[in-house]
Amino acid sequence: MKVVVCVKQIPDPATPYKLEEGTNWLVRPSEQVLDDTDRYGVEMGLQLAQANDGTVTLVSMGPAGNNQGVRQALAMGADKAVLIDDSDLRGSDALTTARVLAAAIKEEGFDLVIAGTESTDGYAGVVPQMISELLDAPTLTFATHVEVGDGKVTIHRQTASGYDVVEAPLPAVVAVTAGVVEPRYPTFKGIMDAKKKTVENKTLADLGVTPETTQTVESIKNAPERSGGKKIEDEGEAHLEIISLLEERKVI
Amino acid sequence: MASVWVFIQEDDGAPSTLGLELLTKARSMGDVTVVYLGTGGDEAFATLGKFGAAKVLHATAGDSLPSAPVAAALASKIESDKPDLLLLGQAYTDRDVAGRLAARLGVGILSNSSDVRLVDDGVETEHEIFGGAQIAIATAAGSPSIVLVRPKSFAAEPGDGSAPEVEVLDLPDAGASSAKVIASHVEEREGPQLGEAPIVISGGRGLGSAEAYDLIEQLGKKLGAATGATRAIVDSGWVPYAKQVGQTGKTVKPDIYIAAGVSGAMQHLVGMKDSKTIIAINKDPDAPIFSVADLGIVGDVHKVLPKLIEALNNR
Repeated sequence: MKVVVCVKQIPDPATPYKLEEGTNWLVRPSEQVLDDTDRYGVEMGLQLAQANDGTVTLVSMGPAGNNQGVRQALAMGADKAVLIDDSDLRGSDALTTARVLAAAIKEEGFDLVIAGTESTDGYAGVVPQMISELLDAPTLTFATHVEVGDGKVTIHRQTASGYDVVEAPLPAVVAVTAGVVEPRYPTFKGIMDAKKKTVENKTLADLGVTPETTQTVESIKNAPERSGGKKIEDEGEAHLEIISLLEERKVI
Repeated sequence: MASVWVFIQEDDGAPSTLGLELLTKARSMGDVTVVYLGTGGDEAFATLGKFGAAKVLHATAGDSLPSAPVAAALASKIESDKPDLLLLGQAYTDRDVAGRLAARLGVGILSNSSDVRLVDDGVETEHEIFGGAQIAIATAAGSPSIVLVRPKSFAAEPGDGSAPEVEVLDLPDAGASSAKVIASHVEEREGPQLGEAPIVISGGRGLGSAEAYDLIEQLGKKLGAATGATRAIVDSGWVPYAKQVGQTGKTVKPDIYIAAGVSGAMQHLVGMKDSKTIIAINKDPDAPIFSVADLGIVGDVHKVLPKLIEALNNR
């Protein structure tokens, strides 16, 4: 079984994010990390590939930088990676991202595509759905549990009141939620092996995709500030402050 | 007049609250057509009319996962009727329909919007970035503009509209290749619901263990509050996903929000920072949650919460 996992390298979320003047694009340093939410997709892909005699190929779009984020996913055990980096992709929106990823996935061939539900830095939350439309495959989203067998994929799909059991024939696209599986930590051997694995670099020309801007951030403004906050240290009586605020708001 | 379409999914036999919020906004922007997914019926359609729908396109998906067939049917309908704007909610099926539809039509999506308005050459939206510290104003190319709106961005208020014209929107049969819903599980929910409760109490990693979430439940019972959680403790399996407040979970705007052992990660803040009064308890004086709190208590939840519960018991 051929499993393709979409992953994204993002600026370390522990560092403050900045926008570039003029374009309002996110500033991306050369040292980026694997989006934490993608670790769940990689782990899911590895488990399903192992159970079904398959392989895991990573597909990623964005500035390669030093490839640290992709190497992190390879160190978990993925077989190889395809990275699409092209200066014409700077500031790409969700649809361009989906077109590029779908083209790369088509070139690789796939039985199952796995992605996260939304990235931590952009969080548009629609790229997996767009990819599935472009690949003409079913979209199984918000998966909290995934199984593959008999040429079918079955998931638990999160709903507002619980979950639905959803089934579709392969090939299919599955978007997993964080928590679908417990991601493994790379072993020392995994990290060493990852250095020898192939990261194939592709450009837009290689894929025959023409980028097109479908959404633009025109300007940025500051959100209205919340005022009048009070901060106190608990010295054993702080709960009384809560009580008096609840009384003031007439809820007790 | 602009032609505004609103996608609304049925929830428990009636139009969803999120859908009615969008519909209330839409009727201030132009002529409104609702794309309604669900069983429907006179009562549901009358509600849509009252909230401003002049026309309803009614689709039923049966046991198919709706996104692919709805996107396909909507794409043809949009190509013939040419609406200016399609509003959907930042919700599960809405996101699936919007993503597939946008890819099919080759237009962009403005996601996570908290406001939307018509401008000279199209549509402009606002969405929060950096945990709500800043707001990005964005536009999309192509027609129609597809906009995903976060829950509770607008208040749902009935108008005085009459019963709408109802037309059936036939969904194509995707045959064997389509995704099917083969079972539905409803997780048992006790007490007030997160989205609607006037008081919400959430716990985070600072509770230290799954067992300590019991403090949140106890306080919730005492105050008649709904109980929520951060993504961190949902991912850790301490509480079910249905309790998650934040970007991927629920958006809440209660009168009182109590955050206990919650650091205030970006993805949590966007789901609760518009609560009227926020009370935060956290050991770390530099925790970002304090930047949105009306009352911040730097202290140990394991000390403050039991005392608070006891004091309330003694009243």
